[in-house]
Amino acid sequence: MTVPGQDQAVAPPAEGRRGTAATRSRGRISVAGVLGELLITAGVFVLLFLGWQQWLNDIIVGTQLHNHSVQQSQTWNKAAVGPTKAPQPDAPPVITATIANAQKFALLIVPRFGADYYRPIAQGTGVRDVLNKGELGHYPTTQMPGALGNFAIASHRKAYGGNLEHINELHVGDHIFVETQDGWYQYEFRNLQYVNPTGVGVIDPVPEQAGLQPTDRMITLTSCNPFFSTAERIIAYGSFDTFTPRADGPPAEIAATVTGKS
Amino acid sequence: MYAALWRVLPGAWWVRVLILVVALAAVLSALEFWVFPWVDQIVAPQDVTVSQ
Repeated sequence: MTVPGQDQAVAPPAEGRRGTAATRSRGRISVAGVLGELLITAGVFVLLFLGWQQWLNDIIVGTQLHNHSVQQSQTWNKAAVGPTKAPQPDAPPVITATIANAQKFALLIVPRFGADYYRPIAQGTGVRDVLNKGELGHYPTTQMPGALGNFAIASHRKAYGGNLEHINELHVGDHIFVETQDGWYQYEFRNLQYVNPTGVGVIDPVPEQAGLQPTDRMITLTSCNPFFSTAERIIAYGSFDTFTPRADGPPAEIAATVTGKS
Repeated sequence: MYAALWRVLPGAWWVRVLILVVALAAVLSALEFWVFPWVDQIVAPQDVTVSQ
């Protein structure tokens, strides 16, 4: 509304050809100008998206997953009835019920990944129904926590919560905890392995030894490697250490994480 | 395009700046909460599992 008036005040038509041209170039929108600004806008959009996907959303999703896990643990605390039987390190309880696809049934705690690292584990490795929600996915063909064999889970390395971003920073002997309704399974990190995406041997009951009868209780974490690539898979192995029943409360190392006071 | 936007905004310069800041905040939150999650579903998902 005020634009035509302003233009006239700045460059009245009486000024002649030069003034008219200046008015036109300032007042009119050129195709190249709009195109250039659209391209810059598109570039900023892509950068913002990457910032959101790789950084901001990991923080948002990570906080949501942590809060969910703390709540889940407290729900299990309330559901626990009476004292459980004395701890038997040799034979921890094992989930025997069938768990539906995408149903969350366990929680993962890795102190090396930070004091607030507390993430849900769901059944199945579906990209959209499990992994992209930021949950870790349990390979349904592998064993349950504490069972003889291999408890194998997969998750994104970066983005979607970035569950296994620091998988390559695990030290030998680091504790990996899996929490279920029954209590806490403590595993000890043993080694890393890098395989091709077809290297399904890593989730065998005895990793890379198909057909062999398991005598150990293993945990296997799989994620992609290198960052931002699907060329390889990074594998982390742990072996079962001890089990702490829910009635005894969480192990001291992870008590702050479990109660949400970290 | 953006120059034209600046010209059609009413008021003194600081009013225009205020309007732009509010509009930018609205655009950024819309991107973060709706647009980016939607785009994310379309771009190729990373594969993290081992399979045949």
